[in-house]
Amino acid sequence: MLDRSIVGQTRPATRATVEPKRLRFFLKAIGEEGAIYHDKAAAQAAGFRDIPVPPTYLFCLQMMDAERPFALTEDLGVDVGRLLHGEQGFRYHKPVYVGDELTFTTRIVDMADKKGGAMTIIAQETRVENGAGEHVADLTGTTVVRNPGAGQ
Amino acid sequence: MSESVQATAEGLVGKRIIEERFGPITRHTLALYCGASGDHNPIHVDSDFAKAFGFPDVFSHGMLVMSRLGRALTNVVPQAAVRSYTVRFVAITQVGAEITAEGEVTGIVEEGGERRARIALIAKDQNGEVKLQGEATAGLDGWEKAHG
Repeated sequence: MLDRSIVGQTRPATRATVEPKRLRFFLKAIGEEGAIYHDKAAAQAAGFRDIPVPPTYLFCLQMMDAERPFALTEDLGVDVGRLLHGEQGFRYHKPVYVGDELTFTTRIVDMADKKGGAMTIIAQETRVENGAGEHVADLTGTTVVRNPGAGQ
Repeated sequence: MSESVQATAEGLVGKRIIEERFGPITRHTLALYCGASGDHNPIHVDSDFAKAFGFPDVFSHGMLVMSRLGRALTNVVPQAAVRSYTVRFVAITQVGAEITAEGEVTGIVEEGGERRARIALIAKDQNGEVKLQGEATAGLDGWEKAHG
């Protein structure tokens, strides 16, 4: 049984910088060749101030700049091999650009056993602010922990 | 919003606006995504590790498929118009999977002081098995401006 006292907890904030070369590597990994992600002039022609990040990259930034990307589940004593991703959502309020310095603040909102305890679902919400203190996005997500030997 | 834009928006409902194929998702794709995404969980790149945790082989990061489905979305809907993007990871995407991404406009809603299209999204593998199911919303003004 995982420690439920983490529900309601706000985790230590993670700061991340949108670095252009790291972003290039991500674009290559997902096969994104769209001009707005590679060329500032094309981004500006599409109404952006600078090169924006693709829709899912915020999730990556939080992980890549975290000191311990799996801190939450490590603290619960769960090995990464037991994790699956359940759901992921993004709400975009303002564009995020190359060079932005972001702060991610995650709160644990729920924890529930499923399938007679064979899995535990941990729900999280993350607020993202840029260096100017603007609220740029909200992330929601669930992590599925497989509990071997429990439940069905 | 002009009348003609509104007419265009209503005409979108029920239309499949996204249909794109990608893959196969190779071990090389998974290795690149592991490094580039910051998700270094070995379950996606180390088959010995995956087997030790009861899986037949490595499997895709759900977020890799979400990224590719997102790319299919922004190939049609300009990113400046995208207000939200949410998915449920319905089933594990196996290494070697060839994915079809589909998106259909399901309705127009008034939200956040603007009219937005709701777009149902789905990613299936070569056997027709649903891997990701989700939804995006897009502001119609931004969408039309980008195409205007």
